[in-house]
Amino acid sequence: MSQATFRIWRSKPGGENGGFIDYTTEISEGMVVLDAVHKIQAEQAQDLACRWNCKAGKCGSCSAEINGTPRLMCMSRLNSLDLTQPVTVEPMRTFPAIKDLVTDVSWNFRVKKGLKKFAPRKPDAPDGTWRMAQKDVDRVQEFRKCIECFLCQDVCHVLRDHEKHDAFIGPRFLTYTAALEMHPLDTADRLPDLKNQNGIGYCNITKCCTKVCPEHIHITDNAIIPLKERVVDRFYDPVMRLLRVFQG
Amino acid sequence: MAAHATYTYDVLVIGAGGAGLRAAIEAAGTGVSVGLICKSLLGKAHTVMAEGGMAAAMAHNDDRDSWKVHFADTMRGGQYVNNWRMAELHAKEAPDRVRELEAWGAVFDRTADGRINQRNFGGHRYPRLAHVGDRTGLELIRTLQDHTTYLGVTVHMEHTVIDLLRDGGRAAGVVAYDRERGRFHVFAAKAIVMATGGAGRAFKITSNSWEGTGDGHALAYRAGADLIDMEFIQFHPTGMVWPPSVRGILVTEGVRGEGGVLRNSEGRRFMFDDIPDNYKPQTAADPEEGWRYTQNDKTARRPPELLTRDHVARCINREVKAGRGSPHGGVFLDIAWIKEKLPDAAAHIKRKLPSMYHQFKELADLDITTTPMEVGPTTHYIMGGIRVNADSQESTIPGLFAAGECAAGINGANRLGGNSLSDLIVFGKRAGEYAATLARASAQPAVDDGAVDRAIANALAPFDRGTGENPYKVQQDLQEAMQSLVGIVRTEDEMQEAVRLLAGFNERAARAAVDGHREYNSGWHTCIDLRNLLDVSEAIARSAIERKESRGGHFREDYPEKVAEFATFNVSTRRQADGSMQVSRIPLPEMPAELKQIIEEQKQ
Ligand SMILES: Cc1cc2nc3c(=O)[nH]c(=O)nc-3n(C[C@H](O)[C@H](O)[C@H](O)COP(=O)(O)OP(=O)(O)OC[C@H]3O[C@@H](n4cnc5c(N)ncnc54)[C@H](O)[C@@H]3O)c2cc1C
Ligand code: SF4
Ligand code: SF4
Ligand code: FES
Repeated sequence: MSQATFRIWRSKPGGENGGFIDYTTEISEGMVVLDAVHKIQAEQAQDLACRWNCKAGKCGSCSAEINGTPRLMCMSRLNSLDLTQPVTVEPMRTFPAIKDLVTDVSWNFRVKKGLKKFAPRKPDAPDGTWRMAQKDVDRVQEFRKCIECFLCQDVCHVLRDHEKHDAFIGPRFLTYTAALEMHPLDTADRLPDLKNQNGIGYCNITKCCTKVCPEHIHITDNAIIPLKERVVDRFYDPVMRLLRVFQG
Repeated sequence: MAAHATYTYDVLVIGAGGAGLRAAIEAAGTGVSVGLICKSLLGKAHTVMAEGGMAAAMAHNDDRDSWKVHFADTMRGGQYVNNWRMAELHAKEAPDRVRELEAWGAVFDRTADGRINQRNFGGHRYPRLAHVGDRTGLELIRTLQDHTTYLGVTVHMEHTVIDLLRDGGRAAGVVAYDRERGRFHVFAAKAIVMATGGAGRAFKITSNSWEGTGDGHALAYRAGADLIDMEFIQFHPTGMVWPPSVRGILVTEGVRGEGGVLRNSEGRRFMFDDIPDNYKPQTAADPEEGWRYTQNDKTARRPPELLTRDHVARCINREVKAGRGSPHGGVFLDIAWIKEKLPDAAAHIKRKLPSMYHQFKELADLDITTTPMEVGPTTHYIMGGIRVNADSQESTIPGLFAAGECAAGINGANRLGGNSLSDLIVFGKRAGEYAATLARASAQPAVDDGAVDRAIANALAPFDRGTGENPYKVQQDLQEAMQSLVGIVRTEDEMQEAVRLLAGFNERAARAAVDGHREYNSGWHTCIDLRNLLDVSEAIARSAIERKESRGGHFREDYPEKVAEFATFNVSTRRQADGSMQVSRIPLPEMPAELKQIIEEQKQ
């Protein structure tokens, strides 16, 4: 059996800034970073804090920055990392620290609360149900794969570097809004919100969010750009505006 | 230290999986104040991992389906020790509960005529599982979570409930701590809904997350509620077996529903070798008929791979023990073979089973469109739980309701795949509704400060011990013991041995010590969860000793046959005043003649 060293971020009590501590542990075939963290917890650092649930990339709990890249710990196989160097494992840096690898992501839940909810049209059939073709829901289903790991929020420079948390909802919630806007049954209008309080204009399409999404959602191409186009059509396109005036 | 209630609600829901969320939605809809507590973040509960689908007889893919067939399938799957009334309500109400999800924004896969698509699953006579690829649980939890967001429910995330408080006979509130800071909180409520999910962490190989420590089972038990059916554990036939770090992670039954077949090391489809008599009329005569069934040919019968989970798990176990297993101690599950039948098989597999494709690719370096998977049984679901009234979901403690996996009755000796997600929404709704009704009619019960102080002192004891047992180690030893002594194949001697060992683990747990501070301290959390695992494990072992026959998820080598006498009662466990566990037999209620007739009609 071989060994590897993990350079894990540990905070001081009270959530103060801490530092990295190196832990060396035995590793075996197929292990992921989360397994190593658990092993270290059980054998060397009982009080090491991390979140996890499913261990299979389905719940979005175990987000962290591994060798500087935002990833799910449970889907990061050790054989995909350079083990000749210590593997750094640190919390998502865009969110306030709680302890060790655990961060305060409550901002995301508050953002969602402020978004307009799903508002379906009247049922299509007398029994209160609707008819939708698979091809019309494919796009929405892509967005609904989101496991709310918030890795895209973590990497987006508008939040990470410019801290526009009050003015910009971030890629996760642009994707969420896209899922509602493109839902065949939905009737609400979210374009004014997108343009104003949701701050879609802050996104300059760097696609960093798409690159880290563990669900491989095409956040930028399929969600954000089409929403931006709708906003532009509505608010900035003079021809469209004129048309609207004529249509009353 | 005089404790005061930090929070007061009309209805307090413990657990934010499908059952808890649905209960909270229903209660909040009636206008009462609702608090919701969960150990993880919102949206991360176990429900998120469910893959295959939720069963509801909507008859979209086969118009022969109806609640009656679903009812009969559920009873047959449960080997007739189910609570018939719960099985009836579930079969009748599931379609409305699923449709309601669509009105709340869920986006299920569609049929050609634009309705909710339904897929085949083990033990269900017709295609019945509403699904979204193989991530149905995510769709369910996200829909309910998002819907809850707008209802004024107060959510307390990352709080763990450690004790249930009573006022005289009735439930009065709970003591909890927040994981972030380790502070204690008291929640007083007129009615409490327990929706804490399962207990798979009592075993070493499991598909369950760290949350599945049977907390609700144990909290209710310690407060004096009856648990029933604890001997019935579902070992899912197909968990991953390789690499070691992913052992136990689920491989959805959907793989078999889409045509995946099981083979041993000799390449034989061994499931054709052992088809129980009561399923023979519904099972395919040959591989060709089985394939046609998976492709929705209504004249075909299902392949033996889709027999009930208990049976398939035992067949796999037998192959492995007979030396016909795969290299890492499982058998082969092959979906890649369908390329012989379908031109665009690889794309088809990726579309139908995207997260399975992803899971094997990333965790096992294996492409399921070209290579068979290695799979073996994994502890998946507990049929046993808190005994409840079928209509209201109220437990034997007034004011305490239970729904979802922590409640018992609907599944009997074995749960059919897909019946859990539908159970969550059917009975979550009922629990929320009846809890709200009770709350409106009740005064706020009193909180017993003495009991609060004792609960807190108990919880903090591991910090005071300085040195002692490592809680992780005790937990591991417990899981090893349950796995090897009270697992898929059981005997009297081994289970007695397990009971003896559990007494020892109990003593070790009482000496467990933790380092560090109360803030997000996993070692401490493990100490607290351990008490629950110990109580639940004891209930499992003692109930299993009591049932001297084999039925559903409970298989005994020393009593390998089903015995008619044992079909007349449920095994129940209850805490005695001296702290010991009493095991008794509760007669099953008599089923009405109409339902008996439905079962007879569906036997052909
Ligand atoms: C991998 C997998 C796939 C599955 N696939 C299917 C499927 O396709 N179809 C199907 O029908 N079923 C399936 N199941 C089963 C089904 O998912 C579960 O039975 C069901 O989700 C349980 O839901 P629940 O609401 O009862 O509890 P859970 O979803 O387990 O939620 C429990 C909640 O209780 C909280 N909690 C627990 N203890 C405490 C405490 N002490 N204090 C505070 N909160 C607490 C937890 O934090 C959590 O929020 C699957 C299960 C697994 C593991
Ligand atoms: S594409 Fe937009 S949302 Fe995504 S990371 Fe870049 S700026 Fe942020
Ligand atoms: S969009 Fe992708 S990266 Fe962002 S939260 Fe969802 S799953 Fe995570
Ligand atoms: S533990 Fe669920 S995504 Fe990693």
